Amino acid sequence: MEGKIVTERLNAFFGEVHAVKNINMSIPANAITAIIGPSGCGKSTLIRCLNRMHEVVRGARAAGKVYLDGEDIYDPETDPVEVRRKVGMVFQKPNPFPTMSIYDNVVAGQRLNGEKDWKKLDETVERSLKLAALWDEVKDHLDASGVSISGGQQQRLCIARALAVEPEVLLLDEPCSALDPIATAKIEDLLFDLKDKYTIAIVTHNMQQAARIADFTAFMYMGELIEFGETKKLFENPVEELTEKYITGRFG
Amino acid sequence: MRSYRSRRKWKNRIASLLALVCVLVALVPLVSILMEVVSRGAPAIDWAFLTERTKSSGAPDSGIGNAILGSLLLVMWASLIGLPFGILTGVYVSEYGDNWFGRTVRFFNDILANFPSVVIGLFAYSLIVTVIGFSLISGAFALAIIMIPIVANTTEDALRMVPNSLREASLALGVPRWRTVLKVIISNGRSGLVTGALLAIARVAGETAPLILTSFGNNFWETGLTEPVAALPLVIFRNAMSPYADLQEQAWGAALVLITMVLSLNVVVRLLTRKRMKLYKAVKKTWKERLSLNV
Ligand SMILES: Nc1ncnc2c1ncn2[C@@H]1O[C@H](COP(=O)(O)OP(=O)(O)O)[C@@H](O)[C@H]1O
Ligand SMILES: [Mg+2]
Repeated sequence: MEGKIVTERLNAFFGEVHAVKNINMSIPANAITAIIGPSGCGKSTLIRCLNRMHEVVRGARAAGKVYLDGEDIYDPETDPVEVRRKVGMVFQKPNPFPTMSIYDNVVAGQRLNGEKDWKKLDETVERSLKLAALWDEVKDHLDASGVSISGGQQQRLCIARALAVEPEVLLLDEPCSALDPIATAKIEDLLFDLKDKYTIAIVTHNMQQAARIADFTAFMYMGELIEFGETKKLFENPVEELTEKYITGRFG
Repeated sequence: MRSYRSRRKWKNRIASLLALVCVLVALVPLVSILMEVVSRGAPAIDWAFLTERTKSSGAPDSGIGNAILGSLLLVMWASLIGLPFGILTGVYVSEYGDNWFGRTVRFFNDILANFPSVVIGLFAYSLIVTVIGFSLISGAFALAIIMIPIVANTTEDALRMVPNSLREASLALGVPRWRTVLKVIISNGRSGLVTGALLAIARVAGETAPLILTSFGNNFWETGLTEPVAALPLVIFRNAMSPYADLQEQAWGAALVLITMVLSLNVVVRLLTRKRMKLYKAVKKTWKERLSLNV
């Protein structure tokens, strides 16, 4: 299986803490890959290594290789800024820019990078909000503050903002953990629609969510990748005893 | 049990009563200073006092217009020099200062913030006055040095208040670090920056000692950068020391004008910070709502 993103002996540290241990994993294109595991097992750290956001934290460093379309994003020649434009990220807590309107939030990436053509920006706003299934709800008050809408809408706004810079991969770190079931369902539907065009990796501590939306699922435990495979197989017929214990709720 | 509870209640009452008494005692000097300045300064103030220049004792139509102008010029030039350095230092320390150099800058900044201002005046004197003489620019330079640590500290605090999640949101969009700092961090912390600048201005507007050694004072409408220039604190200082009753009255008038200017700056700062608190509370509230939805 040749993946869109392939990690090779990926390790991640916070100072002395070894948070992600020796991970070899291949995330296929145009599919949803879920990462599950008990809290603190290194899920967030792992996906933050995939767009070089891990190193933003003080004292954090990563070692190993991460190939995006065959090119190592940790190559000294590679600009992390370019990597992040290709690999977008949505965080656990919705984090729209509070001083910006809904419109400005969506095109924040473009505008902060110097795009000034209003026609292009208008198009991007409409396209991205439609992709994020938010257009109908906010199209009449695009100039309202980005934090004036509900939590679920804010999270979809953040997805629209990530999509606006036209990434190839979308990483989501427990995007629904602060949302109610209806908002969660909306985001799940949306991800399902997006996977035709994007490669999606989603961290979730909610196993039902992984079972519902993911094509592939990875199970992590204490920084290690215990098992990785097709979602159906992993949930119905796990190879590892640890995986079975976890999905049957016998620890975690 | 009951007696224990009622004893605690009494302790509580006595403690809050004591605190109230202390507050009242602390307010006495503040209120009496204000009353003294208003009652002795107000009679001196009329239109001519605000618009005419300072003159010697007994001269008709004497005022402090040139000192008001001089103070404004000093503060303006000091801000032009001090604010950029102070803000950039604060930005550097907050956003890039996680290393020995940043810690060193912060350390010296704290020392400078507590430096006696007369020593800073002496420094400006030996550096500039000995070369070009008493002058507006040497005074502005001394005031700027006093402003820098204040502005740097408030800038650093304001930027640290900006949540990390916004930095990460911007970086994750593929926005370079410097642009994130410039466009996202500073714009989210800008009311804090304005507050810091205003506080620094209010602080240096009343500085006297460094000005005695630098801008010196002037009885005329002087605005040249290399000429001695009048200032409100200098008028207060010199006139209060003079033996003449009319000059002493002018000192009180000047004091009232200076206090009014500084207090209004503080009120503006208050209004700004209150607005910021409101915004902060609004953000926090949406957070609470969101968390309560968590199932
Ligand atoms: N900023 C940090 N500094 C130090 N240790 C951290 C930091 N963030 C996470 N860790 C540690 O790294 C490990 C993995 O954390 P994380 O990736 O956040 O787990 P998960 O997302 O699976 O809950 C945990 O043991 C956690 O304590
Ligand atoms: Mg996490």
